[in-house]
Amino acid sequence: MNQEQVYDVIIAGAGSVGTPTAMYLAQAGLSVLVLETLPSCGQASNKHAIGGVRATHSDPAKIYLCADSIDILSTWQETYGDDIEWRSGGYSFVAYDENVEANLKSLLAVQKSLGLNIDWLSADQILQPIPGLQPEGLRGGTFSPEDGSASPLKTVAAFYEHAKNFGADFHFNEKVRQVNVEHGHIQWVITDRERYTCRYFINAAGSWAGEVSAMLGVPLPVQPEAHEAAITEPTQPLFDAMVVDMRPMPGSNNFYFYQHPTGKIIFCLTPDPPILGFLNQNTSGFLTAGSQRLIDLMPKLMNLRLRRSWRGTYPMTPDGLPILGSVDSVDGYILATGLCGQGFMLGPGIARLLTHLVEGCLNPQEQACLESLNLQRAFTSEERLK
Amino acid sequence: MTDYRIHSHPILHDNSKPTIPFYWKNQQFFAKPGEMIASALYANGIRIFSHHPKDNAPQGIFCANGQCAQCMVIADGLPVKACMTAVRSDMRITPAEGLPMLPEVPMQKYLGAPVPEYAVEVLIIGGGPAGLSAAKELGELGVQVLLIDDKSKLGGKLVLQTHRFFGSKEAVFAGTRGIDIAKKLEEQVQALQSVTVWLSSTAIGIFEDHSVGVLREGSEYVLVHPQVLLVATGAREKSLAFPGNTLPGIYGAGAFQTLVNRDLVRPCQNLFIVGGGNVGLIAGYHAIQAGIHVAGLVEAAPQCGGYKVHQDKLARSGVPIYTSHTVLEAIGTDHLEKVVIAQVDEHFQPIPGTEKRFSCDTLLIAVGLDPVDEFIRKAQEVGLPVYAAGDANEIAEASAAIFSGKIVGTEIAERLGRSTEPIPQDWYRIEEILKSKPGKTLPEMPLSQNKGVFPVLHCAQEIPCDPCARVCPRNLIQVDPEDIRSLPRFLQDEQKGCTGCLRCVAVCPGLAITLVDFRKSQKTALVSLPYELQAENLKIGDLVEVTDTDGQSLGRFPVLRLRQLPVYSGTTIVTVETPTELATRIAGLRLIAQSKPEPFDQVKQFPQDLSDEAYICRCERVKVGEIRSLIRAGIRDINQIKALTRASMGSCGGKTCLSLIKRLYEAEGIPLSEVAEPPVRPVFVEVPLSVLANIQTDNNHAEGAK
Repeated sequence: MNQEQVYDVIIAGAGSVGTPTAMYLAQAGLSVLVLETLPSCGQASNKHAIGGVRATHSDPAKIYLCADSIDILSTWQETYGDDIEWRSGGYSFVAYDENVEANLKSLLAVQKSLGLNIDWLSADQILQPIPGLQPEGLRGGTFSPEDGSASPLKTVAAFYEHAKNFGADFHFNEKVRQVNVEHGHIQWVITDRERYTCRYFINAAGSWAGEVSAMLGVPLPVQPEAHEAAITEPTQPLFDAMVVDMRPMPGSNNFYFYQHPTGKIIFCLTPDPPILGFLNQNTSGFLTAGSQRLIDLMPKLMNLRLRRSWRGTYPMTPDGLPILGSVDSVDGYILATGLCGQGFMLGPGIARLLTHLVEGCLNPQEQACLESLNLQRAFTSEERLK
Repeated sequence: MTDYRIHSHPILHDNSKPTIPFYWKNQQFFAKPGEMIASALYANGIRIFSHHPKDNAPQGIFCANGQCAQCMVIADGLPVKACMTAVRSDMRITPAEGLPMLPEVPMQKYLGAPVPEYAVEVLIIGGGPAGLSAAKELGELGVQVLLIDDKSKLGGKLVLQTHRFFGSKEAVFAGTRGIDIAKKLEEQVQALQSVTVWLSSTAIGIFEDHSVGVLREGSEYVLVHPQVLLVATGAREKSLAFPGNTLPGIYGAGAFQTLVNRDLVRPCQNLFIVGGGNVGLIAGYHAIQAGIHVAGLVEAAPQCGGYKVHQDKLARSGVPIYTSHTVLEAIGTDHLEKVVIAQVDEHFQPIPGTEKRFSCDTLLIAVGLDPVDEFIRKAQEVGLPVYAAGDANEIAEASAAIFSGKIVGTEIAERLGRSTEPIPQDWYRIEEILKSKPGKTLPEMPLSQNKGVFPVLHCAQEIPCDPCARVCPRNLIQVDPEDIRSLPRFLQDEQKGCTGCLRCVAVCPGLAITLVDFRKSQKTALVSLPYELQAENLKIGDLVEVTDTDGQSLGRFPVLRLRQLPVYSGTTIVTVETPTELATRIAGLRLIAQSKPEPFDQVKQFPQDLSDEAYICRCERVKVGEIRSLIRAGIRDINQIKALTRASMGSCGGKTCLSLIKRLYEAEGIPLSEVAEPPVRPVFVEVPLSVLANIQTDNNHAEGAK
């Protein structure tokens, strides 16, 4: 074995969270190594994300982090030059029943108090930004015009390029095998190739975070849940917003879709009951169930042809909220896990927060985020806009 | 209005008439019943179908096989593949310009229904030679088989093959034309009670629960639950990257054969071919049969890889074959107009100063085949028991595919406990022989004999073929039955000599056997030759030009007799009277005037990496240069190339470009073992959402989508 290499920070996972975190840490002058099992960045769950980015949540910490992500992604091109296909198309949670309407309306006060640009639109009003939406039974919905979307593939690639330019090292096809902890300190990070030492070890391993954390003797309540998504052929621009339908239906819960800037419709469906496990093969029911829900919501799309479908995993936590920040039992061990399928939209905000954590310059809101999202919490509340 | 249909053909006959009216850009045209849009457009002289939404590049056919997505048009308001969609009466077809517009539908609730599900013992994807043979074996053992094929006729690529087949007469119908083998196999399969056939039905995905999603007859989505899957999907044509490579007029040899031989459409006047394998050589011959001029054929290797007898047929027709040459560039504004070729060195690099530029309206790409193997990979991933037969398993001749299907069908029956007989060991050996590439070519020995009557076998290359030996009523032609790759030999036998029955002449797939008869006089001999080009104007007494094997003219001599043997239709036996000393050298005749080598211009040297301007991904319009620079920047994961360029993320899902990207890695000196490949994802062809949702509606547009 070679002599160990020393880094300020080692990150497990070059995905939606690890890659931007590496960039901001490296930009702050720290030495960073990202260890990734797969051959390039964004190859686990990032590429399964459909690209939606919203600050419209129920939890203040997530609202804060995603607002920061939107700030980063929406100004990316002017700051860094790369086109990551950011578009402020807005998000609309639509209501076709009383429960959904009541739930959405009850959250508006909190969301507005945290500075979100969001309003309730009547059924007639909501047909303005989303023409073609099924009017039958429509009770209205929220509309948050500053939410939007970007390309997960291009975004992670951009973070990766800039991270490298700032000096971060990325080792692909290299798997963390062992993390030695002695007297509450990280001693070595051992992979199938090398041995490293570091001051901080960030677990950004997505659905695989539990496996990594077990190496440090820190069990994580994170388990993968399988979701499917699909994309159609392109058509003329029809609408800009991400439409979210939270009605429970037989076999599924949330259904959401938007039109990509290239004209394709992308949709995703939350299975009910949840399907746990590392499952990546398409199910036989999704194409039909997803198409039925899409056509129900926007009949005009029925003549579009479905082009491709894929399945990925959400790293779920018991309360639907991320697990973020330091761990009491191991000095230098930082979690950025359990993002419940929102790693892409939370990643840039988390990256900035973790950089401040490592640098020791957290602002009060960031401190509040860590207080509510740390591993030591009770996991009893529940995210209401999963 | 020019008619681009083939009305007379030496082998093919089609009495159907274009009676179905349709509109292209509001102008009325006519299609034959059941004809695909692409063929109907070509038959009416329309070769530019659309323009790409990304860069307005003109688009036409490329694969004509449902694999790529280049032939998209808007039919009755909906985007469709022109090559896979039949013309309906009064269909309004327009080019796809920019992004397609969705038709309005009545605003109402649309309720989807559960999709029908079927359980079968064996699902066979692909009704070509391999799938049909396997279905026959399985069906004869009473195994419940569902055979699906995405075309409207069974037979796969056999229906494009007008020539008699090589291989073993006993095992795989050698000596019979591909089109006729298709009919025989189809009849055998259709007679079996336990075999169900769904035509125009495409497998679109294989799922976690081992079900296979099938777009049935283009209009209904169903799930099939097989115990065993047999993938007999054949092959797709490889592509080639050179500047101008996506111009309309440049397409696969298979696409050409589809237009010409399946649909009897004459898609061009002046053809150039890239690739001297069997596919390219045969396509050239099919062109000549259809009355299309072949300006030349380039082959990058020092020798053509296809059968010599196929090459000889082209050479005798006067087609210049440029070995050690490659295509440098295709030139044209909206359609191919010129092609530039150049000689290559031993590393296949173009040699400056050897460039030649030809006029042509069509360039066929015949640079090899890739197995259609995504169904195999997917079935393996989900754990569905899967077998592969024919080209889907290994690229070889269709005769090998027939035998491979027979073996695999029997293997599946064994697995299901339905076959008690063990598979004879020699079956595997026969399959290996049928799959083998051409072997040695021996020099043709001059024959000194000038008495009696006997066949002359102008067959000098070891290929798996035996019909001549099997049809001789006196067993005077020998091909080693243990290894039919051995060259045939004629055995002189004084007691029971050759009767001059001509069967060997008529049956030879290579048109490489003549019969010489010295009995009439000492000065002249009668030479009987097989002829499969247009012979209708040929009359007794005409002087015709005869050639040796390689196409060298041996003079002009009178025709004494013309006939067709009853069981060998399509092959005219032409008997000419020639000087005795020439008789055994004569191998062919040239009725069509030898085309002069096309004039060409000398053009200047091309820059390095000249293919950088070529398109590697047709769907997303990604150029070679973009991908080459990423490879040179160190990217070893094709997923990363996808993410950065969108290559392979378009309509066809990488069916054409992924193999080109891999070849580009190799050209850059990077072994593929260092390169990560992207996953296989459904759906394998695009499917309307209304069909997947199983929407029950009488709404016109929803129907239109189906």
